[in-house]
Amino acid sequence: MEAPLLEVRGLRTSFFTDDGEIPAVDGVDFSAREGEVLGIVGESGCGKSVTSLSIMGLLPKGIGKVVGGEIWFKGENLVEASERRMKQIRGNEIAMIFQEPMTSLNPLFTIGDQLVEAIRLHTKIRKKEARARAAEMLKLVGLPRAEQMLDEYPHQLSGGMRQRVMIAMAMACQPALLIADEPTTALDVTIQAQILALMKELNRTFGTAIMMITHDLGVVAEICDRVIVMYAGQIVEEGSVQAIFRRPQHPYTAGLIRSIPDIRGKKERLYSIPGQVPKPGSVRCGCRFAERCEYVFDRCRQEDPQLYETGEQGHRTRCFLALEKGGGVDERPVARSERA
Amino acid sequence: MIIPVLFGMSLVVFFMIRAIPGNPAQVILGQKATKEAVAALTHKLGLDEPWYVQYVKYIGGLLRGDLGESIRTGAPIAEEIWPYLAATLELSLAAMLIAVVIGVNAGIISAWFQHSWFDYIAMVLALIGVSMPIFWLGLMEQWLFSIQLDWLPTSGREDVRNPIEPITHLYLIDTLLSGNTEQFWQVVQHLVLPSMALATIPMAIIARMTRSSMLEVMKSDYIRTARAKGVSMFWVVYKHSLKNAIIPVLTVIGLQTGLLLGGAILTETIFSWPGIGRYIYDAIGYRDYPVIQSGILIIAAIFIFINLIVDLLYAAIDPRIKYN
Repeated sequence: MEAPLLEVRGLRTSFFTDDGEIPAVDGVDFSAREGEVLGIVGESGCGKSVTSLSIMGLLPKGIGKVVGGEIWFKGENLVEASERRMKQIRGNEIAMIFQEPMTSLNPLFTIGDQLVEAIRLHTKIRKKEARARAAEMLKLVGLPRAEQMLDEYPHQLSGGMRQRVMIAMAMACQPALLIADEPTTALDVTIQAQILALMKELNRTFGTAIMMITHDLGVVAEICDRVIVMYAGQIVEEGSVQAIFRRPQHPYTAGLIRSIPDIRGKKERLYSIPGQVPKPGSVRCGCRFAERCEYVFDRCRQEDPQLYETGEQGHRTRCFLALEKGGGVDERPVARSERA
Repeated sequence: MIIPVLFGMSLVVFFMIRAIPGNPAQVILGQKATKEAVAALTHKLGLDEPWYVQYVKYIGGLLRGDLGESIRTGAPIAEEIWPYLAATLELSLAAMLIAVVIGVNAGIISAWFQHSWFDYIAMVLALIGVSMPIFWLGLMEQWLFSIQLDWLPTSGREDVRNPIEPITHLYLIDTLLSGNTEQFWQVVQHLVLPSMALATIPMAIIARMTRSSMLEVMKSDYIRTARAKGVSMFWVVYKHSLKNAIIPVLTVIGLQTGLLLGGAILTETIFSWPGIGRYIYDAIGYRDYPVIQSGILIIAAIFIFINLIVDLLYAAIDPRIKYN
């Protein structure tokens, strides 16, 4: 098998505050292949956004820092890359779109200015050509009257349109990897579906790998090939979308799937995982999910679980249940999540 | 908006100066003048008429573009005031140029390198700057740069041994118009100390304002977007952030420019600068009512004009702001 496009090995990112070092990402390994759509799922504060900012080298200066591990992208370790090199990579080879389309575009520059800037930063072409290319990109992301829109300001557009502009800007240099940090969270459901369809289409057309960061398993089911589930700064489960939805191996993943509202559902109270995500750095020993887990047993509190193969290709879980014969959570009666 | 403000201003000034004890005729004629002589001059100046007649006459003159005549010199104020006004304009604009260039950049760099030694030193200096008495700073400048080091002249607008032939009364322009570079440099040298003294407070305020505004903007999502596009930190700061951060700073720049125009009396006195502050100050001593009235009104008008420009600049910078 060829080398993956992006390979993250043992990534540890910490925030340094007045209260000391807070590990936000604690030993994360994963990879993304070319043209793949990889979902990263987890609750707020599980480290999924910090992972993406670590890859981009955009952690808040002086506070956030990669303290360990490697990020290999096209044979280059980004952790050791100079700021100069990172500038060339950002927007050109790895692009990123964000959660808040309403505030992610500079309000004082026209759409055209912002797109042309993105193009000309990485491509040596004239302003006029860049403008033509910008219009082309706007059409590509499904914005009609593109020429006219180049001279408009962000406040003249709706949230969905702005997110399309963001996508156009991110795709302007045809990056190999697009990191999308909750791109649909702030949008209406119908717009969400349109944006996801657009991203899937761009992924197919250009072969751009997408790293889709979300807390919404619906989004994952819609567009991803593979999923990584993160909890408290670690990966707790990794596998294909089908495997994860059909046979979740980690109780946390199973809990997430159970808490998706079911449109056909009987009128019962929606399931929610009891308890809260532990504060980063607060769990010293044992499984980080132990306090909230309904399957917890003694070993969970004494030993740190590793990522174990479940037997299925590429499916790994950080749970001792997997080590037991015929392990996995859906063997138990509590997890009743036959979906997908 | 401008007309009612100026109208109100004229009314306030009109009454305030008449509240100052002392009769202009008495001041002009001296303490030994006879009662008859004082009464005759008072009548001649029209000061024995009821206040509303005086006010209506004054406003009537203003509406015809007549600022009145100085009681003391008898010259029309519109002609007499310009050289003083020009001196003040030259000084305040030079001071604001220094204040804006240094203040804005110091604020930007402090925000960019927050918590660095530059940030700490700049902000401590800014704090000292706003709390420094300007007349004292002016005296120290004279002592150091003129007396001890002998680099710059202590006071005045020009070298008295080499007087300038006024054309516009803005000496920087006049010397350039007459092509006299030697005199031009003399004017610049005379400008340095007073404009530095005058620039101190606005510079400090602008630096602090720019810093906090930049820090706010640099946290925003669109700055992260710019970084993610691969824009270098320099352009992120000087293009994407500054354009957004400068809007509140512009307000401060406008207000401070206005303050310099009217509030430079102390600095003008220390540096013997023949500006409008000293012109009005002298007029108060002589109870020269028309000069005080018109002088203050002109300063108010300039103040309003500057703030109007600031409002127009907002709209030019921020497409979300529209005026009808």
